[in-house]
Amino acid sequence: MENVYLTIVLAPLLGSIIAGFFGGRIGRAGAHWVTILGVGLSCLLSLYVVVGFVRGTLRVFDGPVYTWMVSGGIQFEIGFLVDKLTALMMAVVTFVSLMVHIYTIGYMADDEHNWPKESLAGKNGYQRFFSYISLFTFSMLMLVMSNNFLQLFFGWEAVGLVSYLLIGFWSVRESAIFANLKAFLVNRVGDFGFILGIAAVAMYFQSLDYREVFAAAPQLANVQIPIWGDTHWSLMTVICVLLFIGAMGKSAQVPLHVWLPDSMEGPTPISALIHAATMVTAGIFMVARMSPLYELSETALSFVMIIGATTAFFMGLIGLVQNDIKRVVAYSTLSQLGYMITALGASAYAAGIFHLMTHAFFKALLFLAAGSVIIAMHHDQDIRNMGGLRKYLPITWITFLLGSLALIGFPGFSGFFSKDAIIEAVHLSQVSGAGYASVLLTLGVFITALYSFRLYFLVFHGRERMDEHTRHHLHETPAVVWVPLALLAVPSVVIGWLTVEAVLFGDWFKDVIMVAPHHDVLAQMGAGYHGQVGFVLHGLMAPPFWLAMGGLALAWYIYMMKPVIAGYLMVRFGVLYRILDGKYGFDQLNMALFAGGSRGLGKLFWKTGDQKIIDGTLINGSAHGVGWIAERLRCIQTGYLYHYAIAMILGLVVLLTVFVTF
Amino acid sequence: MIELSDYLMLSGILFAISIAGIFINRKNLIVLLMCIELMLLAVNTNFIAFSHFLGDMAGQVFVFFILTVAAAEAAIGLAILVVLFRSRRTIDVEDLDALKG
Amino acid sequence: MQFALPVLTLCIWLPIVGGLAVLTSGDKSPDVSRWAALGFSVLTFLISLLLWTGFDPASAEMQFVEIAPWIPSFNAWYHLGVDGISMPLIILTTFITILVIIAGWEVIHYKPSQYLAAFLIMEGVMVGVFSALDAVLFYVFWEAMLIPMFIIIGVWGGPNRVYATIKFFLYTFFGSVFMLVALIYMYFKSGSYSILDFQQLPLSLTEQVWIFLAFLAAFAVKVPMWPVHTWLPDAHVEAPTGGSVILAAIMLKIGGYGFLRFSLPITPDASATLDWLVIAMSLIAVVYIGFVALVQQDMKKLIAYSSIAHMGFVTLGFFIAFTIFNRSEAEGGVVLGMAGGMVQMVSHGFISAAMFLCVGVLYDRLHSREISTYGGVIHRMPVFGALMVFFAMANAGLPGTSGFVGEFMVILASFQADFWYAFLAATTLILGAAYTLWMVKRVVYGPVTSDKVAGLRDANGREILVLGTLAIAVLALGVWPDPLVNVMDASIQNLVQHIGVSKIAAGPAAVAALP
Repeated sequence: MENVYLTIVLAPLLGSIIAGFFGGRIGRAGAHWVTILGVGLSCLLSLYVVVGFVRGTLRVFDGPVYTWMVSGGIQFEIGFLVDKLTALMMAVVTFVSLMVHIYTIGYMADDEHNWPKESLAGKNGYQRFFSYISLFTFSMLMLVMSNNFLQLFFGWEAVGLVSYLLIGFWSVRESAIFANLKAFLVNRVGDFGFILGIAAVAMYFQSLDYREVFAAAPQLANVQIPIWGDTHWSLMTVICVLLFIGAMGKSAQVPLHVWLPDSMEGPTPISALIHAATMVTAGIFMVARMSPLYELSETALSFVMIIGATTAFFMGLIGLVQNDIKRVVAYSTLSQLGYMITALGASAYAAGIFHLMTHAFFKALLFLAAGSVIIAMHHDQDIRNMGGLRKYLPITWITFLLGSLALIGFPGFSGFFSKDAIIEAVHLSQVSGAGYASVLLTLGVFITALYSFRLYFLVFHGRERMDEHTRHHLHETPAVVWVPLALLAVPSVVIGWLTVEAVLFGDWFKDVIMVAPHHDVLAQMGAGYHGQVGFVLHGLMAPPFWLAMGGLALAWYIYMMKPVIAGYLMVRFGVLYRILDGKYGFDQLNMALFAGGSRGLGKLFWKTGDQKIIDGTLINGSAHGVGWIAERLRCIQTGYLYHYAIAMILGLVVLLTVFVTF
Repeated sequence: MIELSDYLMLSGILFAISIAGIFINRKNLIVLLMCIELMLLAVNTNFIAFSHFLGDMAGQVFVFFILTVAAAEAAIGLAILVVLFRSRRTIDVEDLDALKG
Repeated sequence: MQFALPVLTLCIWLPIVGGLAVLTSGDKSPDVSRWAALGFSVLTFLISLLLWTGFDPASAEMQFVEIAPWIPSFNAWYHLGVDGISMPLIILTTFITILVIIAGWEVIHYKPSQYLAAFLIMEGVMVGVFSALDAVLFYVFWEAMLIPMFIIIGVWGGPNRVYATIKFFLYTFFGSVFMLVALIYMYFKSGSYSILDFQQLPLSLTEQVWIFLAFLAAFAVKVPMWPVHTWLPDAHVEAPTGGSVILAAIMLKIGGYGFLRFSLPITPDASATLDWLVIAMSLIAVVYIGFVALVQQDMKKLIAYSSIAHMGFVTLGFFIAFTIFNRSEAEGGVVLGMAGGMVQMVSHGFISAAMFLCVGVLYDRLHSREISTYGGVIHRMPVFGALMVFFAMANAGLPGTSGFVGEFMVILASFQADFWYAFLAATTLILGAAYTLWMVKRVVYGPVTSDKVAGLRDANGREILVLGTLAIAVLALGVWPDPLVNVMDASIQNLVQHIGVSKIAAGPAAVAALP
């Protein structure tokens, strides 16, 4: 099987290399064919792996590929761990990636318009884009298939790199290159914690291999380590919190969420692939993978849960006031990531991963559909200029509606199963902070429905607000664009129904995700689970459903029936609006405190420390000192012979005196 | 009988006179040159005296060398002096401070 | 493993002889000088590869040893040899020299043969520094190294080159005279100039502290460590591209090498006593210099400061050893830290060379190093832009590139020493990315800012060859560092065991034996 796994990983890399280095030679068609073939092959093989696991014909694979290095008694390996969690992630990643590859053919078809005429970078932009997304697929697969922390970190940063390259893909745009730098740096803040977490693991476990670390974890559960003076922390809490800081960066959790909305500067296909479906969920995957460690630290779980719930609710609120179609979806992504993280905090790892999967499908769908709208609108992204698009874009409309229903958790749709499971799990959780999280998540359902359908109604229904020229050119997007939408719509609707039993309550994650018995909320839920129909019926009676319906109805009322209300509310709750519109001031704070602060500090160190003190005082100062002394000493050199003569004689006398007396 | 100390005394006096000449004299460069010659003379006296009293002829050989060098030095010194006078129009020691730092 | 061929002697003297030959050939036909210089450097590189192929990684002994009498009255010998620590650095030297010669191919018009000769002689002398096992020989090479560099900066440098050369010369000279005093002291103590004898020489703590400080003065300037780093930005800014490359890629490594060859093994107890000093200086270099690099307006200065920050990792990796010893008896972390420092040195040799070459490519076209002159370079120079972004990422320590390996190892090791060491060291993840990528944003990305930039033409074949070769090296070392780590493992373990044993234990006994 090792060859199959290697092929899965390397096929996209190969496609990426060919498209990247020989893009000019193989042309556009060559580039998209070679990358699609690579990713398609990966996708097929991944599905084969999943099927193998479902049928039970495949065993867990855990083996090294090669030794990266051996030093200090630690063996650093590159290797694969393929179990059911990995298989699920592989299938999701490669499937969404394949859809995005196909979609990109249509989306980037007229990419030249985005570049200045004389730009050479724009000449092969199309090929380059395909190369990047294939490279991303490779990196993401390396991340999820890793069997050790080193390779995890490699994939972790590599997806960050591709994200950086893709957000700044249109490198003529100031906003794009600002956003990509911001994304990379914020991610680096997370990675800062992550690498320290890995260092802690390496120190106390003397290995970076998952298997060895997880096996040794229970023995180290009660180890306390000194951090500052005499304060001792539980080792597991330290490791888990540090690793989670990495997840906060990658999965955009408060306060490291600021990069995700800005990342929408990138082309829409990558917003779907990277900033909705896969990369941003790496944090959730990582925590689920590390469940044997997280289970040993209640403090860390609590921390995870509070951060997640905060993100879920407060980022959803911002989504209410955004007017850029992609930004609304981006804030919705933030909020949904918060849901997943909260589930992890409640030890419902399976529910988190389940929501990750359903979300990957429907959020990729929503983004791609939004992209379809953007194409139709000639790259106008402001929803205030849309409206009534239903009749012009029927396929986009229906798929977008399906995606929205999945997002708000309409019973029977995939999002319903995963989100309900999370809310229920958090409700049952005993970890401190669960009460807070439970309230926020439940209210969040209402917010989700409100912003989703605000977006939906404003875009597809109501008055047509675009200008005459745009309206005239409106038509459904080509097949390469809508076919992926249709293909994604299918799992968005049905995947929940099909897999809820196995993933949440069955034994899919048995032996993969470890949950301590006293944390096992999913088992409690499983006791009351009687098939999908029962789950749906139960959901119909629960508050989240009614909150979602309330949100939907409110959105309909405000944006369809009485559009004046929106304006009235904006004025009536001006303060609240400004807070939300200002995104709670995170950006201003970061710019002023961190960006400005470090530049100020740099100037201070450079001008005062280096130039004034070290160079001015010490280095040039000593040179000046020598000059000053020489200036004084030269007065002795009068130039008169008789002065020198007398000096010699005096010297002689002194020397003789000394010589004679001593 | 003239003792060794008498010779040494003489040369010491000659040496002291020449030194005094060097730094008391502030006017004439020729006097300076003469003082240097006098200094060498004092040294030569010492050499001969020691040579005689120790019975070692090497000292007298040295004197010949010194005399030769002194003659050459005097010749060069005077030549420099002439050139100096041509260029500066003076041989006053007071005015010759080109070595001033 | 004794080779009949005197490999080290060839590696030292072939380029020096070649340099003299190129020098005497004159400037009448520059192409002949260029090809001759290239030939000599390639030949030297090929010979130096024999070191790699013939090296026995299992042994910590000196290999390829050559010994011949030199100045018998001082008991100074022409004594050469390499172990796993010096061998990779020698190959780095011969490798980078080839690239420097190609990089200066048609760029240097003023006295090209002398320029090339200076680099060839420099190469031989630097190989000499890395392979000398006799302290006098080492010192001679150490000081001889200054002369070609002095000339390179002083003759082919920028407008303010005189200030920079004098600063560079006095700084390094200031440090090295203290080292000379220490070496002579130990000669009187042991009657030999052999470095290996020095390593076994029992010394009291006071003696060790003084010797350690003398060495610190020499090596800290060379590395350079905060606060004796200010010569480096000036020297880099004024140096021609090739000079910057050699300076950053190899000369700085000599400081780090000195710590491993002299400070740690000769004065282990003093190193243990004063390790806090070096660690503090290293961490200040990482954090403080990181902030300073952030606000630079001159690309070369920015990279120079980033070099200082990266070299901070090297010294940190070397000197956390004693804290780890104190915390646990395990030597794993110590070896990891030292190997990390070594890997960081080699990797920094590639990356800083590449970064300076990138700036050189731009400078050759627009004759400006100011970040604000540029903007949107990628639209005119896509291939070059891609390479520069790649090297910037390597400089920021992206996994998969060599820049990551050393930093990763040192961070892992420093965590074993103290959480806060690791914490401060890991800030480089943020700072390194911030200053490098911010520069990339302003130079490479964005709209084309001026007509000058609009008139740029992309890197030519020669430039792509040089940068591409480095890119492959960076990538190879990042993806598979095992060969390099493996080669030096035995030597480093041996060193770690050596420094774990106090020299004072022997000292007082010897003193007590005296009446």
